[in-house]
Amino acid sequence: MNLPLPVVTPETAQYWDGARDGKLLLQRCGGCRVVRFYPRRTCPVCWSEDAEWIEASGRGRVASFTIIHRPPAPAFAERVPYVVALVDLEEGPRMMANIVGDRPLDVAIDEAVDVTFEARGAIALPQFRRSAP
Amino acid sequence: MTTLRNQAVIAGVAESEIGKVPGMTGLALNAQAARRALDDAGLAPADIDGLVTAYSVAEPYFMYGTVLCEYLGLTPGFCASMTMGGATGAILLEHAAMAIATGRATTVLVSVGENRATGLSRDQAVAALAAVGHPAFEAPYGPLIPGFYAMIARRHMHEYGTTREQLAAVAVQARRHASLHPNSHMKHLITVADVLGSKPIADPLRLLDCCLISDAAGALIVTTPDRARDLQRPPVWLLGAGEHHTHEHLIAAPSLTRFGARESSEAAYRMAGLGPSDVDFAELYDCFTITPILEAEECGFAKPGEGGALFADGATTLEGRLPVNTHGGMLSHAHAGAAGGLLGIVEAVRQLRGTEGARQVKRHDVALVHNEGGIMSSHGTVILGRDRR
Repeated sequence: MNLPLPVVTPETAQYWDGARDGKLLLQRCGGCRVVRFYPRRTCPVCWSEDAEWIEASGRGRVASFTIIHRPPAPAFAERVPYVVALVDLEEGPRMMANIVGDRPLDVAIDEAVDVTFEARGAIALPQFRRSAP
Repeated sequence: MTTLRNQAVIAGVAESEIGKVPGMTGLALNAQAARRALDDAGLAPADIDGLVTAYSVAEPYFMYGTVLCEYLGLTPGFCASMTMGGATGAILLEHAAMAIATGRATTVLVSVGENRATGLSRDQAVAALAAVGHPAFEAPYGPLIPGFYAMIARRHMHEYGTTREQLAAVAVQARRHASLHPNSHMKHLITVADVLGSKPIADPLRLLDCCLISDAAGALIVTTPDRARDLQRPPVWLLGAGEHHTHEHLIAAPSLTRFGARESSEAAYRMAGLGPSDVDFAELYDCFTITPILEAEECGFAKPGEGGALFADGATTLEGRLPVNTHGGMLSHAHAGAAGGLLGIVEAVRQLRGTEGARQVKRHDVALVHNEGGIMSSHGTVILGRDRR
């Protein structure tokens, strides 16, 4: 059984295209300049439809995390235990990702993490690894 | 400006059979609870002129409200099915009261239930609940519903020093209260050590930190104060109601420690002209042990960060200064979709009437019920009283 793929919409296609190129893309509102996540046509702050895509630095900090022991679907069974984290990006928005790479289970709140990309089907899924000290 | 305070009363309440009830569909559970609630009120099906209900994951009909009306042979002038997750119960009561206060209906059946335990396989249930995560920006990471709440719990532990033992105390008390309830799903007593030693699900939450999956329905008969005057049960008054909605997905939550339960409960207090110190007991939505801790803080029963101690110190037991989840909540009494929250209202009405024997709380003039849906996303609070205020 395959791991779930994200549902891609016309509003988010550019985000996933960017991920395939190894870039974490975010939208910045042309009206109020707020950087938002997740991508969407309408700014949730000022409702402007004017937005530009910017490349995020890829650096963030862990706001919180959990270690999943019971897989939510059979496809995740071989991954347990794995970390699901909320990552606060340098640019402001918060996103979810797995912590992957070296000793992910030792991650801590407020720890610095860097984006990386996991190939999954035809998609590249943004993930984070613990920053080198 | 009009207010819902003193405009509607609850004249009857009931539960269906609870636990694993393989012989009954979700609609049948609803119908059983509705029939029992009518009997409790001393009313007949023909008295109902409004129906509000929720949704069903196990029986995903397109228009659940009209399906339930059809099943029950009702043709009301007011009907709605709402999908606000666990917050639905309290919000349905608020909407029933709005219909009554504006003269759109005189007697509204509020009925919510599902056959979640036997109507879905375990994998189907988990798959259905996985739909709570955002389909592109959460679900691919395999978060699991307990995982969302685990991230909230860990942040609370990090900021305030809340402990695993304090979380476990919530589950232990819920089980003790459920052991005194004749119709609860789980009755055998558990200890803090049992909770801490139970199977890890999504760290820091373990199996006994998580609510049950039950077959269950609950029903309320909501009517006008005039209509209730000559009925067999003393009416329970809706004194205040509030709701608040801040996000759906956890990645969009404004905070991991501060939630819309505050605005929701403040609106209910304002309407009732009451404050937290006026509340005798509370039924707080407990999908996980962290949840009522957060809600106790947001509803003003503890300072931010002190919700864990409130439970661990025993203030929330039946003998404590603010009994919480006197029926055992969703951790031990029953959890079946939106019914879990509604069953807290059923319990509050019974406690306010003073009829609950070994489980009866000593002070029972004013109750607060808080329901919460999604990942601390949607909130509904109702304040109920034995007397008009």
